[in-house]
Amino acid sequence: MASSRQYLSFVFVIIFLCISQTCCHYETSQGNSPLYSQTNSNTSKLKLTSPTTGAPWPMPQSYNVKPDVNVINVGNFKFVHGKYQCMILDEAFIRYYKLIFNHNENFRRSSSYKILKFESGITQLEVLVNTPCKDNEYFKLDTDESYNIKISKDSAVLNSKTVWGALRGLETFSQIIYHDKLGQYVVNTTTISDHPRFPHRGLLLDTSRHFVSKNILLQNLDAMAQNKFNVFHWHIVDDPSFPYESIMFPELSQKGAYDPETHVYTQSDIQEIIEYARLRGIRVVPEFDTPGHTQSWGKAQTDLLTKCYTKGQPNGQFGPIDPVNNATYTFLQKFFSEIANVFPDQYIHLGGDEVSFNCWASNPAVKEFIKKMGFFFYGQVEEYYMQKLLDIVGRLGKGYQIWQEVIDNGAKVRPDTVVEVWKSGWEKEMDKVTKMGYKTLLASCWYLDMIKLGDWQSFYVCDPFNFPGNASQKKLIQGGEACLWGEFVDDTNLMSRLWPRASAVGERLWSNQTVSIPFVAQPRLEEHRCRMVGRGFPAEPATGPGFCKEEYIHS
Amino acid sequence: MPQSYSSQSMTNNVDAATFKFSVVNEAIFSCTVLQEAFKRYEPLIFGRRPETLYFHSQARRNVGVSGDIDELVVQLGKPCNDVDAPSLQSDESYKLTVQNGQAMLSANELWGVIRGLETFSQIVYQSPTGGMVVNNTVISDFPRFNHRGVMLDTSRHYVSKKTILKNLDAMTQNKYNVFHWHIVDDPSFPYQSANFPELSQKGAYDPETHVYTQSDIQEIIEYARLRGIRVVPEFDSPGHTQSWGKGRPDLLTKCYSGSSPNGQFGPVDPSNNATFTFLKQFFMEVGNAFPDKYIHLGGDEVSFACWQSNPDVQAFVKRMGYSDYSQVEQYYMQQLLDIVGGLGKGYQIWQEVIDNGAKVQADTVVEVWKAGWEDEMNKVTKLGYKTLLATCWYLNYISYGSDWTKYYGCEPYNFPGTEDQKKLIQGGETCMWGEYVDDTNLMSRLWPRASAVAERLWSAQSVSNVQEATPRFIEHRCRMVGRGFPAEPINGPGFCREEYIVD
Repeated sequence: MASSRQYLSFVFVIIFLCISQTCCHYETSQGNSPLYSQTNSNTSKLKLTSPTTGAPWPMPQSYNVKPDVNVINVGNFKFVHGKYQCMILDEAFIRYYKLIFNHNENFRRSSSYKILKFESGITQLEVLVNTPCKDNEYFKLDTDESYNIKISKDSAVLNSKTVWGALRGLETFSQIIYHDKLGQYVVNTTTISDHPRFPHRGLLLDTSRHFVSKNILLQNLDAMAQNKFNVFHWHIVDDPSFPYESIMFPELSQKGAYDPETHVYTQSDIQEIIEYARLRGIRVVPEFDTPGHTQSWGKAQTDLLTKCYTKGQPNGQFGPIDPVNNATYTFLQKFFSEIANVFPDQYIHLGGDEVSFNCWASNPAVKEFIKKMGFFFYGQVEEYYMQKLLDIVGRLGKGYQIWQEVIDNGAKVRPDTVVEVWKSGWEKEMDKVTKMGYKTLLASCWYLDMIKLGDWQSFYVCDPFNFPGNASQKKLIQGGEACLWGEFVDDTNLMSRLWPRASAVGERLWSNQTVSIPFVAQPRLEEHRCRMVGRGFPAEPATGPGFCKEEYIHS
Repeated sequence: MPQSYSSQSMTNNVDAATFKFSVVNEAIFSCTVLQEAFKRYEPLIFGRRPETLYFHSQARRNVGVSGDIDELVVQLGKPCNDVDAPSLQSDESYKLTVQNGQAMLSANELWGVIRGLETFSQIVYQSPTGGMVVNNTVISDFPRFNHRGVMLDTSRHYVSKKTILKNLDAMTQNKYNVFHWHIVDDPSFPYQSANFPELSQKGAYDPETHVYTQSDIQEIIEYARLRGIRVVPEFDSPGHTQSWGKGRPDLLTKCYSGSSPNGQFGPVDPSNNATFTFLKQFFMEVGNAFPDKYIHLGGDEVSFACWQSNPDVQAFVKRMGYSDYSQVEQYYMQQLLDIVGGLGKGYQIWQEVIDNGAKVQADTVVEVWKAGWEDEMNKVTKLGYKTLLATCWYLNYISYGSDWTKYYGCEPYNFPGTEDQKKLIQGGETCMWGEYVDDTNLMSRLWPRASAVAERLWSAQSVSNVQEATPRFIEHRCRMVGRGFPAEPINGPGFCREEYIVD
């Protein structure tokens, strides 16, 4: 996982069905692919994808569009709330008003743009939230995100149980409004009844292998909201660097960050990110991965890591966290109690992946410990460590998310634990983990750091239910996560690499299982990509030649 | 890496407050190109963002160094004037000496100065104690190849003028000297023609926002010239011309199913005389709009199916006594080459034109792009043509990991052939076809991967060890980032002191 060194061999599904306007896969990448052949194009076979107009992404569960087109009265349009409101909703109204009506210069110059004023048409969207919402409430794993939208000739109504459902519905509403040939903002008569297929729709960013600025993290939260993702899995520290600026242990970033001044997340950065996410209905689940992937912790906490030995002498290298030293657990107790306070989400991701046993096996104290405990193999040391950590974090009242190895090694975890499956052979693992009764997330097929031209289709067709297992096992699938490990991304390319490829995962996790055919989705993805570009995200071309009316503008 | 580079540990202070560029015998040996270059390089050398300075404080002067550099003295071998433009024959060699408080850059031609200024800007760095310094250094440098190109495709996706200009800056920082502008192709025709405005009116993605006006083009050419970069436009035909047909429906061959046209169009129609009348007028315009000696005429990937279905072309084949449709292509290209040759232009072409046996001018530059380039280079150079390699530098293809090492390791001389044949190799081109790139990702996809190709084309053949190049490559990537280019990370985990800032 973490290190993406394992090349996931996706079953790359090439769909040869080509319909006239959307030819799905016309080019292969250089390198390993046996299909590779160099072309200066592929001229005659190549067709542009005709984008849809006013179609939402991800596709709602029930989406009924009539041909009747209703004009939006731009001059008078406003959002209005019903009985229940709060700051979360007010802020969303401001955001969505801009998203719907603000277009960039490029667009205003285009031949299809005209400025017209209309006195008639739809003047408001009524947003009726059916339960009270509080300014300071947080979105949670089990929060209801369902909503309904009904648009007719002169009225537009959005109904939801919670304010979070209203946020999802506002996003959908902003997507189904479009600009017609006369230059009017219009929306078709539409009935939508929508809810997510999975409650956990996450996106992992790795801010240790390369630092990612707060600006980009915030921009990415906007992109996530637009794709109905609801969990930012923040793989904040790892071997290469420790950018988390701790209150109790400032030396961790002082010595472990790439640069203690410019390459860190301060407490106020973190609170800003959490609040920004909260307002968009996104949970922030931090990952502090241990006992492996902790080289950067050791820069400051030198006693935390296991000293590796060669021929009876420490060789200057360090291994995973030292599981034998009691001071380890005292430190972890303090450190995670800070984390539990800083990150309000119910869950913390505790990692637990890819622990190498060589260093433990070289260290006399660990060897002694094994003997004392009567262990037979080093997997038991890892289990011992994780068990202590899980108990510490459990006592802090937090739930935890973990990588699959923790379960594979047999640790006892809380019943509300969320197990994240990331290795290849995920079908068997999902079967196993759900048989044990744990909530499960799929990540294996959504390692977006692995790149291939046109690869959104392979992400799109990966379905978390495609494993042997009964209905009650499948109920335990909470969703999945698109993972962008940081070896080859930073502020220069993170957003363009992630979007709209992550949008493919966004739809898989939100929409009905039956919404699954790439060439049907492609024109809608094309529109969605351009919509993101129009909103200022550098979402890269994903479907071959084409253009957006509003192209990306570098500031 | 310069051809000859010796650097000592003794450093010289370079103080932003006092530093200036000066020109020996300025009255004769200075010109706009030079003055503009000085203006560009001063901020490139000293323009570090304050928050990334060591100790986050003002740069401090160093003590115990070998001298203070107050000026870089530029000595030109011949007078420069404001209209000079780089060409395939330009002399880009230069000598740079920094010694005990003296810095001298000498070159025969203006374009050598441009290259040398770039090098100077790269060897000035910030010392750990805070000030800008440069080591005592002696450099004697010249390019291995005369033609070091980057090809951008602005038809499959439109690329804004802003990004093209920014890319020219990135190119000059990597000592590229040719912008091969694959400006039109099947999907769209963004070139706004003065004589045939309907071509972009109907063939561009959007005739207002997705076009290059004549003034855009002149701005790009001038921007490139000031950086010692030639702009070689490609108007690819007879294939890759679907977008031309939107504005000029008679230009393309009508494809037939049975005995009636099926509404599809093929390559340019070679049997119609009006074709060549149009081409003559069109290329006359293009020849004027783009001052470079060369025009790229394409000639790749022509499909014969449509020609074969068309009765006029069938009749033409019969009349000409051809036995094979590649002879039709040869006929077409020959007519086109003669037209463009008649305009006094040289041409660059894709390898198929030669493979199909067309007779080309002696100064033609043949670009090899297909797999099996070794045999092709052997063949083309045996025929005596100047040759460019592109095959192994298709950067539009992507794969996980540090793929720059692959580009770095591709050596244009690695084909069987004599010394004389190898002398015909003019260099090569990095190609970024446009299927999957536009303003959102073009720069980050191209850089620093194209930097690997740039070193292959500039530096000595012996500079080819990936391990030795890697630390320098990492510094170079961060230097580009510090200068405001979104050059992506390509060597695994790490950081740049000055990270990219997204506004």
